[in-house]
Amino acid sequence: MELLSGAEMLIRSLEEEGIDIIFGYPGGAALHIYDAIFQQDAVQHILVRHEQAAVHMADGYARSTGKTGSVLVTSGPGATNTITGIATAYMDSIPLVIISGQVQSHLIGEDAFQETDMVGVSRPIVKHSFLVKKAEDIPEVIKKAYYIASTGRPGPVVVDIPKDLTHPANTFEFQYPQKVKMRSYAPITRGHTGQIKKAVDLIFSAKKPVIYSGGGVILDDASAHLTELARTLNIPVTNTLMGLGAYPGTDKQFLGMLGMHGTYEANNAMHYSDLILAIGARFDDRVTNDPQQFCPDARVIHIDIDPASIAKTIAVDVPIVGPVAQVLTDMLALIKQSKESMDKKALDSWWQEIDTWRSRNCLQYKTDDSDKMKPQQVIETLYKVTKGEAYVTSDVGQHQMFTAMYYKFDRPRQWINSGGLGTMGFGLPAAMGVCFAHPGTDVACVTGEGSIQMNIQELSTCLQYDLPVKIINVNNQSLGMVKQWQDMQYDKRHSHSYMDSLPDFVKLAEAYGHVGMKVDKFEDLESSMIKAFAMKEKLVFMDIYVDPNEHVYPMASPGGSMKDMILSKTERT
Amino acid sequence: MRRIISILMENEAGALSRIVGLFSQRGYNIDSLTVAPTDDETLSRLTLTTAGDEGTIEQITKQLNKLVEVVKLVDLTEGAHLERELMLIKLKASGAQRAEIKRTVDIFRGQIVDVSMSMYTVQLAGTSSKLDAFIEAVGDVSILELSRTGVTGIGRGEKILSL
Repeated sequence: MELLSGAEMLIRSLEEEGIDIIFGYPGGAALHIYDAIFQQDAVQHILVRHEQAAVHMADGYARSTGKTGSVLVTSGPGATNTITGIATAYMDSIPLVIISGQVQSHLIGEDAFQETDMVGVSRPIVKHSFLVKKAEDIPEVIKKAYYIASTGRPGPVVVDIPKDLTHPANTFEFQYPQKVKMRSYAPITRGHTGQIKKAVDLIFSAKKPVIYSGGGVILDDASAHLTELARTLNIPVTNTLMGLGAYPGTDKQFLGMLGMHGTYEANNAMHYSDLILAIGARFDDRVTNDPQQFCPDARVIHIDIDPASIAKTIAVDVPIVGPVAQVLTDMLALIKQSKESMDKKALDSWWQEIDTWRSRNCLQYKTDDSDKMKPQQVIETLYKVTKGEAYVTSDVGQHQMFTAMYYKFDRPRQWINSGGLGTMGFGLPAAMGVCFAHPGTDVACVTGEGSIQMNIQELSTCLQYDLPVKIINVNNQSLGMVKQWQDMQYDKRHSHSYMDSLPDFVKLAEAYGHVGMKVDKFEDLESSMIKAFAMKEKLVFMDIYVDPNEHVYPMASPGGSMKDMILSKTERT
Repeated sequence: MRRIISILMENEAGALSRIVGLFSQRGYNIDSLTVAPTDDETLSRLTLTTAGDEGTIEQITKQLNKLVEVVKLVDLTEGAHLERELMLIKLKASGAQRAEIKRTVDIFRGQIVDVSMSMYTVQLAGTSSKLDAFIEAVGDVSILELSRTGVTGIGRGEKILSL
């Protein structure tokens, strides 16, 4: 049997696990590991410029592929810099393994140089974590880490390894475990048949059903199942921010996104429905508005892999704990066998009602109230130029909502954003992760002049690895979403919501070795964007100046029910 | 409503902090907590008392079950169960008080486990409410120091919490 050091065992374990790329940044406590990386080429290491970005890259890689993302950092500041990235992945249930170096075992607890209790600091935002005690344990811990991260409800797992455990002088017999079994961790693999039967009965008795589906459908690769179910039953579908792309955005049964910035038709369909079929969604507060006033006539079927997500905020009539794809497969089989069918008459009149809401055309916006370009126009043009086929990542704020509303995602894993945590600075590194996973495809990062500056240093990494991200900087010279709330709720007192002394982004992009473009007229937008996307090998930073006074509508009326919406600066429901 | 939740967890460093952290992170209360190894050295048993409406308790048990180190848990208050708490209490005991306190200890079936000229240390086991009743009976004025273990419990009859 081979004798390997702890560091070598770690890298070999990653290789055995099928990991071919890891994002990281070296430092003292990780030096033995980095030396082991240097001496092999099975696992490619990507050097970032800030550890937070390493986690977002691994995250973008994971979201766009379904594989687990991997990160390697050193102790202390290296480890703490990953925290925002880990929390981002945790909130959106993204499988990641974060390996952090730790000070030598005998120094732990002594406030040693670059010592941080990483397991402690990350505890509330990880699915699980390990502090490795013995070098011999490294292969098993890595096996467990990837198993836990990727199964059940996925999430980030931290593996903290003290430096002495990776020392090259100490070698061990290496064997990577083929299987892992943990008595205290057994993810559910099947939904309860009786519950699925009950759900099907309830669906057939519904007159105004709606499917409300979320990120769980994408995580479990169940988009085809969802689509088949919806089409078989002719039920309307709305997606959460995290679920966009799980059901084709251009399909006639699709109502658009629901919730805080959901469409008029989606939110009304929820409010007036008599049956909500919730699939891989978690009744987030940005969806439900006031839970006390939530969908008063609706019975609720809830399919989720995580029992704790069920009945957390909203009471459920038929809970089904299990993997979405398997539950939907069973459900479809039952539906096809059944002698019953949907009440066609009721469904027809339900669709008529929905069509009336649709005719409100809630995504229409004014272009004549300002001589500036509108942010919505930017997203519509991006959709047109990329033929709706690009991977699109976003940062957080108005541009994120506009992208969710105006770019019609037809494929799962095509839309990548920080939904749960709302992390500014996510977009660029996430787009880079997508580029590594899907070389040669169009990857756009829709961002704003606020968000992009939170991880702009990664432009340097983009040059090093030739990542041709197209940065769509929707520049409204202000923190748009903050400003919108201040307009609406703080009597237009714009406390710290505008960006003074913005850099010249064109020059900045050029300084990093990329192409910069400034666009401030709508007439130039499409041709510039076509030019940008034609530069297949180049990162292009499009700095696009838009109307700083535009708001995102529709918007849920705070404290109301789902039907209570603000539709424009002057209209409410 | 008051609940007693008993947990079998992996006897590993960090497991306890995950459980306690979960409570503070999600805004649940812990009223008391006891933890010790079991006959199986790879397992610890943790018993905690908490309070909350049905929804909160359901969330607490679900969230606890999600922790990788939690092997099994039971809400003892859902069925017939035994609960015990141990208290050591130092009481001022001089003059006429001495006999009175001794009588009270006897009534509660406690034991005096340490004595000096001016005080008694009493050991008392029972349900939490019995301990509360004793404290009330001796009155605040005579209490010098008090230490309670928190509740531990076990299901009645054939029901067994094990792997």
